[in-house]
Amino acid sequence: MKLAKKDILGIKDLSIDEINLILDTAESFIEVSTREIKKVPTLRGKTIVNLFFEASTRTRTSFEIAGKRLSADTINISASTSSVVKGETLIDTARNLEAMNPDVIVIRHSAAGAPHMLARMVKQSIINAGDGAHEHPTQALLDMMTIKEKKGKLTGLKVAIVGDISHSRVARSNIYGLTKMGAQVIVAGPAMMMPRAIEQMGVTVHNNLENAIRDVDIIMMLRIQLERQQQKLFPSLREYSNYFCLNRHNITLAKDDVLVMHPGPINRGVEISPDIADGPYSVILDQVTNGVAVRMALLYLLIGGKS
Amino acid sequence: MSLLILWEGFFVTTNIQRWNKPMEQKRVVMDADGIDRSLTRIAYEILEKNKGTKGLCLVGIRTGGIFLAERLKLKISRLEGIDIPLGILDITLYRDDLRLSDKKPMLAKTDIPFSLDDKKVVLVDDVLFTGRTIRAAMDALIDFGRPMLIQLAVLIDRGHRELPIRADFVGKNLPSSLWESVLVKLIEKNGIDEVVIQEGTQ
Repeated sequence: MKLAKKDILGIKDLSIDEINLILDTAESFIEVSTREIKKVPTLRGKTIVNLFFEASTRTRTSFEIAGKRLSADTINISASTSSVVKGETLIDTARNLEAMNPDVIVIRHSAAGAPHMLARMVKQSIINAGDGAHEHPTQALLDMMTIKEKKGKLTGLKVAIVGDISHSRVARSNIYGLTKMGAQVIVAGPAMMMPRAIEQMGVTVHNNLENAIRDVDIIMMLRIQLERQQQKLFPSLREYSNYFCLNRHNITLAKDDVLVMHPGPINRGVEISPDIADGPYSVILDQVTNGVAVRMALLYLLIGGKS
Repeated sequence: MSLLILWEGFFVTTNIQRWNKPMEQKRVVMDADGIDRSLTRIAYEILEKNKGTKGLCLVGIRTGGIFLAERLKLKISRLEGIDIPLGILDITLYRDDLRLSDKKPMLAKTDIPFSLDDKKVVLVDDVLFTGRTIRAAMDALIDFGRPMLIQLAVLIDRGHRELPIRADFVGKNLPSSLWESVLVKLIEKNGIDEVVIQEGTQ
């Protein structure tokens, strides 16, 4: 089977079979990163451009490492050091990159839909590395891979996603993915951070952390995204953490073998207490490790053969 | 007299045609006992050539090579009383036809849970044909370390090499035409042990 797609723009457009193909392929790529010589010749001569208009450590490094371990050439462009500061539009930037004939453009942008527009404009494969509060497909794929690795399945699991749901592209992509794969998703957060009619995505809504995480298999904590808040949505970080911080007391409500996940970067003591983030339930760093494998799998499936 | 020769000639040709018909489609060239005897001989040859099991390890190439390597490991452990390490290699990422192929081959796991440094590595595959798989496998092995030497064991050598590669241990040399395909069926994946040659490429 092959991935019959030019671009990876969101989990919403992926079928169950395609998600399974990506996760199975990613699982086979884990081994490459454990070798002494962490490189295979598969994408020799291919070029990957990382076009990041928003700050990123994990995702950009992960894409860069994934490309390099497959022997592709990777180039990073961040908005602050590009011609964007001189007033070039996104379309012009993309057209100019296209003229240099890369094979994949990985884009992160604060505007939802930016990767979709690019995908229509240029002939190269586009991978969405996060667009506004819309989707972050590679994060959801690595989350699903981590769950599958630890629990052996996705179907039938209860997953609580807690935090600023309305600003979170991670939440949106995970809701699409997890519900598609047969998991039960519960979302929780302050009412101001809960999009209206989110139930239509097939999730259960709680406005209280304790109720949300009762008997769940997985807890996904989201970062409070201070940079996306136009108006103050809660009085103080301290008050938020009083109600929505995952700590050693409330975690006992979840199942005994619960997994704690976080897409990073962590605000220690705000949404997750340090002892939980570093504790035995936490798979936060496994998520990062699997992220490289998922991105290797996507690059291989998109440009590994004849285009 | 000449009439008789003509008559005989007619008889012979018709007979060949009659025999050839079913043979062209599918012919069993090795049965379960044949495969087992070949593997037993290869196990002895591996031990003889390497003077025992010191530093010896097996690496099976997916998928047929894995099962043959497992059987060789068992035979060697029965002969020497020592379990030698066994690895599994998927060569997909090293193929030279990836760039040209339209459908991407499914990637499966590589699992070599031991160091290859200074090891005597015996690569195991079911059929040796163009040699391109073995080239890819050797490139992969060298990414895992620096073996002391690499040897190649195959159940069938069907000829038609496109690279300067030969096997150290061969179960059976099977001259074949390019229009035929050779299938090694094993109980572990096909439910039967036999080697079949049939018309048409896969």
